[in-house]
Amino acid sequence: MSHRDLVIVGAGPAGMAAATEAANAGLSVTLLDEQPRAGGQIYRDVDHVPDHRAALLGPDYTAGRGLTVALRRSPVEHVTGAVVWSIEPGFCLSYSRDGRGAQLTADRVLLATGALERPMPLPGWTLPGVMTAGAGQILLKQSGVLARSAVLVGAGPLLYLIAVQMLRAGQPPLALVETQTGRNRRAALRHLGGALRGWPYMAKGLRMLAELKRGGVPRYTGAQDIRIEGDTRAEVLCFSHRGRTRRLACETVFLHHGVVPNTQAARALGVAHHWSTQQQCFVPTLDCWGRSDVPGVFVAGDGAGIGGAKAAALSGRLAALAIACDAARLTPDERDRRARPLRSARAREQAPRPFLDTAYPPCAQALSPRDETLVCRCEEVTAGTVRDHARAGCLGPNQTKAFGRVGMGPCQGRYCGLTVTALLAEATGQTPDQTGYYRIRPPLKPVTLGELASLKTPPATGKN
Amino acid sequence: MNPVLPFLEIEASSAPRVEVRFDGAPLLLPLGANLAAALLAAGIERFRDTPVSGAPRAPFCMMGACFDCLVEIDGMQRQACMIEVAEGLQITRPGSPEVRHVAS
Ligand SMILES: Cc1cc2nc3c(=O)[nH]c(=O)nc-3n(C[C@H](O)[C@H](O)[C@H](O)COP(=O)(O)OP(=O)(O)OC[C@H]3O[C@@H](n4cnc5c(N)ncnc54)[C@H](O)[C@@H]3O)c2cc1C
Ligand code: FES
Repeated sequence: MSHRDLVIVGAGPAGMAAATEAANAGLSVTLLDEQPRAGGQIYRDVDHVPDHRAALLGPDYTAGRGLTVALRRSPVEHVTGAVVWSIEPGFCLSYSRDGRGAQLTADRVLLATGALERPMPLPGWTLPGVMTAGAGQILLKQSGVLARSAVLVGAGPLLYLIAVQMLRAGQPPLALVETQTGRNRRAALRHLGGALRGWPYMAKGLRMLAELKRGGVPRYTGAQDIRIEGDTRAEVLCFSHRGRTRRLACETVFLHHGVVPNTQAARALGVAHHWSTQQQCFVPTLDCWGRSDVPGVFVAGDGAGIGGAKAAALSGRLAALAIACDAARLTPDERDRRARPLRSARAREQAPRPFLDTAYPPCAQALSPRDETLVCRCEEVTAGTVRDHARAGCLGPNQTKAFGRVGMGPCQGRYCGLTVTALLAEATGQTPDQTGYYRIRPPLKPVTLGELASLKTPPATGKN
Repeated sequence: MNPVLPFLEIEASSAPRVEVRFDGAPLLLPLGANLAAALLAAGIERFRDTPVSGAPRAPFCMMGACFDCLVEIDGMQRQACMIEVAEGLQITRPGSPEVRHVAS
């Protein structure tokens, strides 16, 4: 089994930047990612797309080539198509690649596993034809596949970005159905100072809105009571807007109300997490370098708290500097000297977040779905059932497993965990921190017997 | 025939098309393309039926997290959004009883 100074999981901006920085400081580095090519979610397939598609995705997308080129020129070993499903203390990482298992040991681990779309349980969200907006973007970036008759539903700048990209590709969305309200916008004004420090982002947002207006894409803000109707697939998006019920016939519904850290790997390693009120999600508890309370485990990028692609790359580099210093490849003085400009750049990147988080809060209806709404997609458990569990004495997400099957399907709670915490907290009157989150145990992704059999020392795989 | 499909390909793919079978029906998909995307572009709307209620499902996240794109290939359930199109793939829809008959 080969051994590395550092193994990084995730080849998005955070993982790519960290790997390059650490390798250039003299560490032996392996970068593992389940995708066939480097880039992560934002820069998905950036080295692979035809020019025409790159042009309509825009310069913020092609900017990712700076990171992929630096990665290729560095001595980093990048293992593509590697699904990491176990990280044991010490550290031994197990992953599957092409149907075979493989293992690797490392002194230190950096988790750069990025974000997931915030779960958006609305009536009908499990119907074929309903996808996350990020999925719509992945279809476009990776495959050049675009929805013909789509409605975008939710809140946040990513919704405008995908709408503009669809417009430029010649298939504008039928409408944007947005859940933020005028009151949210007014509340955000008290963070205007930060927004102005992050002016390029604000300017980009305003340009996107102007482009959508010119393109004739209707926007319905403050939408409520959203429902997707259809028998075997999405057919109609139904919502109320300014007291009127509206029905939009469509084939595809793209949902988005923000992204949240993908904490699966960090939780499986026992890293402490806490609730972020501003971001309305759990984040790992880290020091200013991304160092967790588990010795040798670092977290960077959106998996450490949502900050966007540029902040992700900067936090990856900061973590790499701290790791190089811990491994005696850099003096503390040198680490701090190199970190200074990165820190101020990161503060600039993060400046607009409070404004954005307040102007585009998560959709209230999806945070506290009505009883009949499915919250666990895998096991088809409704919000009402989770509330029943709470009434029967269930206090936290791990106990729900004694009451029913919520969170026990293959996605391991990725798309119901935050909802279940919110429903239980609401019912018991406890805080999200007191309520807690699912205990995550390996395997992080299902493993086949064949993959296990090809390992020399099969790792312990706890039961759910 | 060929009604307007929900998804379209914005540029002609330069990859050669290879034959795969979905529930026994032949499809010509671009070699090396993302399988879930290629199936959607080919007009496949229902990828699987859930084991719990038999409800139809199709890709939701396209990033390997939701498992709604599960299809059966060579007797194994795999995430279509995490694999690439290869010549001769025999794909079946998990959970639909009529398919199990055809496959056996
Ligand atoms: C679907 C989606 C689309 C987005 N699009 C945009 C956009 O267009 N513009 C924008 O500004 N922001 C976008 N975001 C926000 C985005 O999260 C950040 O801007 C940026 O991608 C964060 O970078 P990162 O390096 O932290 O993580 P990511 O870029 O998410 O990279 C994480 C990587 O970790 C890998 N990974 C995770 N778990 C495992 C595992 N167990 N084994 C192996 N590999 C693993 C993933 O394959 C992924 O490549 C998007 C987010 C999502 C979820
Ligand atoms: S579409 Fe979610 S796992 Fe494939």
